[in-house]
Amino acid sequence: MRHAIFIRCGSRLLAAVFTAAMFLLQAPAARAMTIERVTSPGGIEAWLVRDSAPMIALDFAFLGSADQDPADKPGVATMVASLLDEGAGPFDAMTFHGRLERRAIEMSFSAGRDHFRGSLRLLKENRDEAFDYLRLALSEARFDAEAIERMRSQIMSRLRRDMVSPNDIASRNWWAAAFPGHPYGRPVDGTLESLPRISLEDLRSYSQRILARDNLKIALVGDIDAATAGELLDRTFGRLPAKAQLTPVAPVIAQGLGRRIVIKLDVPQAVVMFGAPGIRRNDPDFMAAYVVNHILGGGSFSSRLYREVREKRGLAYGISDSLVWLNYSALMLGHTATRADATGKTLEIIEQEIRRLAEEGPTEDELVKAKSYLKGSFVLGLDTSSRIAAQLVQMQLDDLGMDYIERRSGLIDAVTLSDAKRVAKRLLDSGLLVTVVGRPEGVVSKEGG
Amino acid sequence: MLNRRFSITAALLAAALAAATTAATASDISHFVLANGLDVVVIPDHRAPVATQMVWYKVGSADETPGKSGLAHFLEHLMFKGTAKNPTGRFSQVVATIGGQENAFTAGDYTGYFQRVPREQLKAMMELEADRMTGLMLTDDVVRPELNVVLEEQNMRVANNPAARLDEQMEAALYLNHPYGRPVIGWRHEIEKLDREDALAFYRRFYTPNNAILIIAGDVTPDQIRALAEEIYGKVPRVAEVKTRLRPQEPVQEAARTVTLADPRVNQPSVSRYYLVPSSTSAGPGESEALEVLAHILGRGSNSRLYHTLVFESAIAINAGASYDGTALDATHLSVYAVPKPGTTLQQVEEALDRVLIEVMEKGVTDEELDRAKSRMIADAIYATDNQRMMAQWYGAALATGGTVEQVQSWPDRIRTISAENVRAAARRWLDKRRSVTGYLVKEAPSEEKRS
Repeated sequence: MRHAIFIRCGSRLLAAVFTAAMFLLQAPAARAMTIERVTSPGGIEAWLVRDSAPMIALDFAFLGSADQDPADKPGVATMVASLLDEGAGPFDAMTFHGRLERRAIEMSFSAGRDHFRGSLRLLKENRDEAFDYLRLALSEARFDAEAIERMRSQIMSRLRRDMVSPNDIASRNWWAAAFPGHPYGRPVDGTLESLPRISLEDLRSYSQRILARDNLKIALVGDIDAATAGELLDRTFGRLPAKAQLTPVAPVIAQGLGRRIVIKLDVPQAVVMFGAPGIRRNDPDFMAAYVVNHILGGGSFSSRLYREVREKRGLAYGISDSLVWLNYSALMLGHTATRADATGKTLEIIEQEIRRLAEEGPTEDELVKAKSYLKGSFVLGLDTSSRIAAQLVQMQLDDLGMDYIERRSGLIDAVTLSDAKRVAKRLLDSGLLVTVVGRPEGVVSKEGG
Repeated sequence: MLNRRFSITAALLAAALAAATTAATASDISHFVLANGLDVVVIPDHRAPVATQMVWYKVGSADETPGKSGLAHFLEHLMFKGTAKNPTGRFSQVVATIGGQENAFTAGDYTGYFQRVPREQLKAMMELEADRMTGLMLTDDVVRPELNVVLEEQNMRVANNPAARLDEQMEAALYLNHPYGRPVIGWRHEIEKLDREDALAFYRRFYTPNNAILIIAGDVTPDQIRALAEEIYGKVPRVAEVKTRLRPQEPVQEAARTVTLADPRVNQPSVSRYYLVPSSTSAGPGESEALEVLAHILGRGSNSRLYHTLVFESAIAINAGASYDGTALDATHLSVYAVPKPGTTLQQVEEALDRVLIEVMEKGVTDEELDRAKSRMIADAIYATDNQRMMAQWYGAALATGGTVEQVQSWPDRIRTISAENVRAAARRWLDKRRSVTGYLVKEAPSEEKRS
């Protein structure tokens, strides 16, 4: 396909920023889907969905990721994630990749702020071999000098690009201003200054501390029975240490509200990132906040921000915001991009719409439509084995229970208009921290009040 | 590893049809044509009570009148602006209220619209989509802001991004005559002048059932869909006759071209090259498949020739790869790229890249590489059966670019027949620099007086 252009999908930046923290869990199950809790003979637990597809999807996450990087060396978790499949056990990097490719096994690892994630995709006839390779990657990654330098240079190359990308600059500065002195304020992928200083010892120490069994959540989707799953779990994860050694991370609330940071960059379109403290995932008001946020700037093409900024005035191609829940904080975080001479106007509308929703709350009609969307979209969200596996891991990380899928619609329906009004005020009345990157006309930095 | 370049090309999905056991299989897929000329393909997948509707129009940016670049894409945006029966925003509101997904896309050869909804909402989606096939109403009040939206999209995708600006220049240089040389989103100075009349004229010329393909994938049966399609789409009149798409073709290309984009924001230089090569539609038998295997062996993943040689063995590059997607009506391109390590020049890395290509042309590929590539390509297609939307995407793209359902289904078998000699022959024939453009992305020292 040549150059497909998708309209209306939000920016890539948002995807990159948010996927780590939020999977929206919605309404009744897409597939007539039964979740089984599998506990292996060795005591390792996983959630299993049986599916007759010719492939198996395994997803897992360790609690502890970039937040566990040494304070002066951000990027360690990212480097470990890049290196686990670059040589393990008896196989050097090229041999390992060759073996994966020959069997079409897809193995990947990624480091977010709170969670170090992994995934494995395989054709079911390659099951035993694939899980063996995963065991090697998790327990016997080699961290060969050649691979370390190769990955280090790739990450630094990406950072050099990011340093001049308006989206990345806006995001990096937003997080740094919101969380000074906290692990969340540090860039997940590290910096050009920190990367060269990361040593073999840092990588080994991180792996030994974080990749353990008591901070691990696992989901498995495929043609596999519980007994077999149990054996595979023991074989794959059983050699990891029993307990992780996590450095405590303090709960934190985003700072800098009312502040605007303008960073000059010679690009025609100014990138705007705006956010404020959100509502924690385990807060009783979470679902009401989730509904309110959907009305403000959520995923559909009918949100207030989308209508006011894009549909009515054509000021931006995309505008949206999301609730972001982290282990030690929560945010509402939004993004748009607009031409230089319209930046002031766009900011004004965003602030005005947020204020209006905080003060007046949503209308009954908006509430009904938002609930309907949020319930209905679930059935569409669980459309592939991979997505189901990812959601099941997220449900475990969020401690929602195996019955959450059945309970979810009820939780949404229970949000009343007065809840929504009260929570709109709670969520949206605190002022915004804004970063702007570009050459916006008449928009200057200001300190928070 | 990082930066996996992992695009499952549409063609790969085809193999799925032969291999999958639970999702759609070849024998389940049906294809028929309504009396008004609308092509219909049904891809049953009963794993979830969900259905995907896609309508593809066989018109893209390469069908625009010169001087009106960006019009196909602009119209795509305007298609969300409503009809007499379903005024502004109603379609999207219906989709949003039921929690559905929707979007649209434009490419050189086609424009498509899709919704993914709970099964019981499919009929409503078909009614709304059929309604806007010929019923679009546009006023300047909605057209003008949307033009600004498209200009912001151009800013976001291209103007703000030096690599995307280079890509535009390379495409323009690669095609001496064919309209594929124009950006799908359009040249900015031409987008700025597009208006309501342009959009409506284009719409009336190309949006008609006899120029469209309806794909329904999901928890449906062919009989149901045939009945619904006849009832709903069968009523849409043919409003235009469709001519064969004969675009200006490329002359014999005789001179290698180079393009350099210098920008102060480039901190990571890179080199890439596009070779003009046949598409699956314009190629002779087996040629496109051989190019697919060639691109895979050259440049997909860390076992590929380019990555292995430049990144691993000689360690002069940070990354390197290749890709080819043959899903197009006319000649497309095979691309190769390399990102040098600090301390290595673009020239050094380009010479190393050329040596890899020459070696493949002279000595061919090994049986081991060939087997690994073929089994990997076919396995990817099995993975793809897990994704209903990708299946619909593949059939739609194939049919919109001159392919047939049968060709989609026989793709795995065609890949299996490719020999090492076919791959070498494709490399020798098509990796010809005279038919290529090489692009350099480099840093330009900022000149202070230009800044304000």
